[in-house]
Amino acid sequence: MKQKLVIIGAGMASGRVIEHILAQDPEGWEITAFNAEPRGNYNRIMLSPVLSGEKSYAEIVTHDDDFYAQHSITCRFGEAVVRIDRENKVVHSNTGSAAYDKLLIATGSAPFIIPVQGRDLPGVITYRDMDDTQAMIDASSQPNGKAVVIGGGLLGLEAAAGLALRGMDVTVIHLMGHLMERQLDPAAGYLLQKDLEARGIKVHCKGSTAAILGRDKVEGVLLEDNTGYEADLVCMAVGIRPETRLANDAHLEVARGIVVDDQLRTSDPDILAVGECVEHDSQLFGLVAPLYDQAKVAAATLLGQDAAFRPVQTATKLKVTGVDLFSAGDFTDAEDREDIVFRDPARGVYKRLVIENDRLIGAVMYGDTADGSWFFGLIKDGTDISDMRDTLIFGPAYQGGTSADPLAAVAALPLDAEICGCNGICKGTIVAAIEGGASTLADIKAKTKASASCGTCTGLVEQVLASTLGDDFKMPAAQPMCGCTDLTHEDVRRLIKARGLKSMPAVMQELGWKSSCGCSSCRPALNFYLLADWPEDYQDDAQSRFVNERNHANIQKDGTYSVVPRMWGGMTNPRELRAIADAAEKYAVPGVKVTGGQRIDLLGVRKEHLPHIWADLNQAGLVSGHAYAKGLRTVKTCVGTDFCRFGTQDSTGLGIKLEQRLWGAWTPHKVKLAVSGCPRNCAEATCKDVGIVCVDSGYEIGVGGAAGMDLKEVERLAKVATEAEAIDLTVAFVQLYRENARYLDRPYKWLAKVGLDWVQAQVVEDLANRAALIARFDLSQSIYQRDPWADRATPKAQADFAPLADLTQEAAE
Amino acid sequence: MSWIDIGALDDIPQRGARVVKTLHGCVAVFRTHDDQVFAIDDRCPHKGGPLSEGIVHGHSVTCPLHGMVIGLTDGLAKGADEGAVATYPARVEKGRILLDAARLIRGRAA
Repeated sequence: MKQKLVIIGAGMASGRVIEHILAQDPEGWEITAFNAEPRGNYNRIMLSPVLSGEKSYAEIVTHDDDFYAQHSITCRFGEAVVRIDRENKVVHSNTGSAAYDKLLIATGSAPFIIPVQGRDLPGVITYRDMDDTQAMIDASSQPNGKAVVIGGGLLGLEAAAGLALRGMDVTVIHLMGHLMERQLDPAAGYLLQKDLEARGIKVHCKGSTAAILGRDKVEGVLLEDNTGYEADLVCMAVGIRPETRLANDAHLEVARGIVVDDQLRTSDPDILAVGECVEHDSQLFGLVAPLYDQAKVAAATLLGQDAAFRPVQTATKLKVTGVDLFSAGDFTDAEDREDIVFRDPARGVYKRLVIENDRLIGAVMYGDTADGSWFFGLIKDGTDISDMRDTLIFGPAYQGGTSADPLAAVAALPLDAEICGCNGICKGTIVAAIEGGASTLADIKAKTKASASCGTCTGLVEQVLASTLGDDFKMPAAQPMCGCTDLTHEDVRRLIKARGLKSMPAVMQELGWKSSCGCSSCRPALNFYLLADWPEDYQDDAQSRFVNERNHANIQKDGTYSVVPRMWGGMTNPRELRAIADAAEKYAVPGVKVTGGQRIDLLGVRKEHLPHIWADLNQAGLVSGHAYAKGLRTVKTCVGTDFCRFGTQDSTGLGIKLEQRLWGAWTPHKVKLAVSGCPRNCAEATCKDVGIVCVDSGYEIGVGGAAGMDLKEVERLAKVATEAEAIDLTVAFVQLYRENARYLDRPYKWLAKVGLDWVQAQVVEDLANRAALIARFDLSQSIYQRDPWADRATPKAQADFAPLADLTQEAAE
Repeated sequence: MSWIDIGALDDIPQRGARVVKTLHGCVAVFRTHDDQVFAIDDRCPHKGGPLSEGIVHGHSVTCPLHGMVIGLTDGLAKGADEGAVATYPARVEKGRILLDAARLIRGRAA
């Protein structure tokens, strides 16, 4: 019979316990997980990148609904446990109860609230979970908002940096003489403060909070020295204390935390505890590495194996983009200790090593932390460093005459050097995984967990891959957008949204472009990202568009252009055909061709004739077909129920409605649609970006087809009953693609990256989100759905398409 | 040199170009982000693409047909590509663009 395991708290430690149990004994347990937060396990140490906008919540979820469903874990999220009945082995919440054979307490920690007046005012928050993070994101959306962060430790500074990135005016108040005094010495604290101040964050050290001011909501913070700071938001990040109330009430042994033995058992052998709520050997735990160790041991204990928890030293890094600091071990001054210090003020680099009895016992580094893991290895191993003392501070590259190549430095690391601090994975484990067949970063993450938590060691893991596999390993596809930046397309898109960058100069300045005005590769991409994300604010830049979109016609190899009028759903009539024939004759068009998208192409038109031929076609009611655009091209249809004896729905009518709704929208790459009236599929809808196949009972919507460089059948987005819903889903899908894909990725390429499941969740399942996508699409259309031909019927536009001057008639002197 | 007025600086958008027709082909006149003007042959040395339709970045233009990058100051292909186009003296005076008429009207050989 299965044993019942009840878990209180879905945090990083308990998530890891579940994984270990499932890996070793998937059938032995019936697991029920309670969580006071209405969500499952996510990577709490990644809240800072969520706050700063560098990651989304979805990206930091470690266990999603599928995971729990797949492993038959009963989730009772949003249901807080209020009592543990040890006698009957049952836990109670406000709404129900659950019996257990074994109970795991993983209640984590609660933020410490300074007992000052005003601490309960709306607008005073802590920084522990996704709700807090969301509250900060919401607060930062007010223009010119002011925030005060109380506490200049790890958490407080990550909050401050995130709020500043989101545009708030941020002040950090810190009780001690320098920032992060538990991890940094005063010199490194000073460099950190200088860096933060350069980012516009005010730092007030030796500041003791006297009161939080405000009437109905927070308005400011008053310090003991009578300094006052205005604030629309106050974030308290002064520390945490283990959340022990449940354990206390159940009369388990509790000191500062819930007391556990080496096997993570509490004073009741059927109850275990892991994470920030426990106290082991008089020690509390806040960083993730020891929590993962605890999880491993707790799982072993539950499975009846022998294991003992031995806390190891941990190193600290601050997750603020662009701030590079590292600290490990003990770096306080003492009689028998010596320092080695290296400073490079111009580069803002500071390194300090603390040595006792020829052993390295502490290291603090700021500005250049590349050698951190090597120093950390020396500290943990207690290596005798007397032989390399003279060059020690320069790192492993200077030991034994190896080169300064970072790859060589990684290659020189011993197998027991720690690579991933969060998960305690050493180089040997990674090398073993590689020898066992792992060849990509994803393989390593899956097999060893290295770089799967905070991600700061990703570069190191890649270097281990490179040094082990040699030429067989290609450094990953984190391809920068172009030579003007080191950021990827995905980075840039995210930062444009997160930092509210609304013009090209703003993007280039804030994201540190290396060229004066971009290049022919990044400018069209930026132009699209900006107009897609900020339709109301951004001014489309014709000079950043490729020639076809600037001139609204396809350039041909001889410098002439092609002109394609729109034929809605492929339908036309004698009047339109006559106008096209007349125009072809009038401008002596050398080629007339029927296209694959059910319309007519006039090939070989000279640039100066374009505005004139457009004006003539406009007269007959024809508008631009955008046959040149990264935008909606055509909606191909069959004749459907109008004429066809097999047609099941009005495919032509639906095609026309879709084309009329979508035309003029700019997209990351071209978008082609088709609607077939029955499964015989005469409109070839199953290889289109969006293809709809009508059936008796409704509409099958496929997305992500391709019939160009790649050949690919569409994947089923959804089947719907009504035409209106088919249109809604198509519009929402196109908008999701506009907002998220990288420039020049067709929908099928984008879909392969984000996955159909995610797209379905956004477009099909989440109705509110679908409506919001449609609303944003319609807003953009209200600005961008304009016929470029009509816009260029003016004498000024016609002159712009002609040569600036004609010197062929000028007489020679 | 005899300078000839071919139009106003504002007739060309920043980071854009217009063409001037001459007896021996079109000359592309560029206006860069810093309001300097450059005149070069409007034929890419690669496959004859109209350089005037390329995207202008810094003091370079990327040919719209196959992406060769040409320096506006010297007419030379950048990067690994080889090739060159003729350049012509050009300057701006009181908001007007002036080209060297002698070379444009009489031809390159003169």
